[in-house]
Amino acid sequence: MTVDASGLGFREINSAVRKAGDSVTLTGCLGQRFICAGMSGVSVRIEGVPGNALGAYLNGAVITVEGNAQDAVGDTMNGGRITVRGSIGDAAGYAMRGGEIFVRGDAGYRAGIHMKAYGDRFPVMIIGGCAGSFLGEYQAGGLIAVLGLGCGDRPIVGDFPCTGMHGGKVILRSDCSGISFPANVNAHRADADEIAQIGKDLEEFCRLFGYGKADLLDSPFTVVSPASSNPYKQLYAPN
Amino acid sequence: MKIEGSVRIPSGCAIAAVISKEGKRIPGDLIAGAMLPMHDRSNGLGGGFAGYGIYPEYRDFYALHLFFDCRDTRKSCEALLKEVFEIVKGEIIPTRKIPEITGEPIIWRYFVAPLKSVLADLQIDEKEFVARTVMKINTGMKGAYVFSSGKNMGTFKAVGFPEDVGRFYRLEEYSGYCWTAHGRYPTNTPGWWGGAHPFTLLDFSVVHNGEISSYDANRRYIEMFGYKCTLQTDTEVITYILDYLVRRQGLSLEEAADVIAAPFWSGIDGIADECERQKLTYLRTVFPSLLVTGPFSIVLGFDGGLMALNDRLKLRSMVVGEKDDRVYIASEEAAIRAMEPEAVNIRAPKGGEPVVVRVKEGRF
Repeated sequence: MTVDASGLGFREINSAVRKAGDSVTLTGCLGQRFICAGMSGVSVRIEGVPGNALGAYLNGAVITVEGNAQDAVGDTMNGGRITVRGSIGDAAGYAMRGGEIFVRGDAGYRAGIHMKAYGDRFPVMIIGGCAGSFLGEYQAGGLIAVLGLGCGDRPIVGDFPCTGMHGGKVILRSDCSGISFPANVNAHRADADEIAQIGKDLEEFCRLFGYGKADLLDSPFTVVSPASSNPYKQLYAPN
Repeated sequence: MKIEGSVRIPSGCAIAAVISKEGKRIPGDLIAGAMLPMHDRSNGLGGGFAGYGIYPEYRDFYALHLFFDCRDTRKSCEALLKEVFEIVKGEIIPTRKIPEITGEPIIWRYFVAPLKSVLADLQIDEKEFVARTVMKINTGMKGAYVFSSGKNMGTFKAVGFPEDVGRFYRLEEYSGYCWTAHGRYPTNTPGWWGGAHPFTLLDFSVVHNGEISSYDANRRYIEMFGYKCTLQTDTEVITYILDYLVRRQGLSLEEAADVIAAPFWSGIDGIADECERQKLTYLRTVFPSLLVTGPFSIVLGFDGGLMALNDRLKLRSMVVGEKDDRVYIASEEAAIRAMEPEAVNIRAPKGGEPVVVRVKEGRF
């Protein structure tokens, strides 16, 4: 089923999606916020530019955006998948605690800020291009991978990556020379085991966007994780 | 009516801008339409636009746009203007009565030139005199407020949603080579007509999304140089800072951006080019009180161009796109697509990275 979103507000769009059944294509999106917020059990394809907080609190629904998405994609997402064929704005995956976000292009600032794992939930965000500054800020769990495809001369990640990180893992497809990380994290060259651990996610990325896995693996990877289980102990007071 | 000044105003807001590098004239309803997909970023307590190149027939005269609270205020303000300016035209700014916009003040515009004798007497240049006169009216004349004072440009602002403000001021009847727009979301004051964006002084206009935390430090410094921050809003102080740095100190726009959104010291230390490193160190050392902290994305309009700038941490969104001779800037890509569905090179500039677009020489 196809719903023409032009001229509709987000309540009307979401109500149409809920009535549409298993699968729906939204055409003509132009900045409507909160599309598919909290939804489960539906697959939605989006043409046009969805507004901020696309798939906020997503609870199992599957969203595919044919072009770019704006800020706060998958804000506080709990489960499901968001695939973006273009690039995404700032604060993608803000506090997400489950589900997957696959982006073919670049991510803005603060991708994966405060991402966390919870119980059996383990959030995954794979960014095909470059990420802006403050990648994985305050990350507490889950996986963020940045592949640096098509970055050219641009650095794979902006300034201050992994600031305040105290859980989870960031993987950058780069030797990360010239990138400085904070003192509270460890950054080291990924070994075969660590690369194997993200094998399924990379395969899925390749399947979605038409890359070859062997080409992706033909590069050094850097793994960033907290330096200890409590890296900010005694930051403010002896405790 | 409650006016700003008693309570401070942080804002959420939406911004947008379009400029033709060839100086081709763009109708005002295009920019008003850009604000529609960003409707939810505003709350109906302020919207406004600045158009450049809209008064070509009066291009040599300062276009003063004024709000008056009553006829008597207008009469006494006109008397003051006549003492120091040649007024070639004075008229009501045409508006459209619509239910969405109410409580409008008396809105006039005057095309003026400072009297040569007055300038000779005071021994100051024309721009400085106009700026001082604007400050004098805005701080000294109760009920009168100059909200636009540049040449061949004009600001149009009101309390309301931006798309309604555009219809109210009949923006479709104007065209210019550059437009900026603002939708306001003040969170803790009543909001009044003068407090809407853009804020202007001479040909500088600023639209701003954000809330700066350095307001008072910036204000204390800038007031030493004759600026009067009457509205206690952060956007006003940004306008005066840019006027001070660019017009009075002679800095380039890029240098001014390096003052207000200065790179971190750690970033400056990492710059290989010795000359660049020294320049940035110099700017941070000489103008530490003009560092603007806290979230902001702004578009500065000026005679012949514009500059877009984010705070150095990029705590607000801003997207740039282009098509043919036009460059588009907005808080959201959707707003750019509303103006030009086929816009290309969509990108988000880094925090502190100024985007300066100028109209080709001689085309404006």
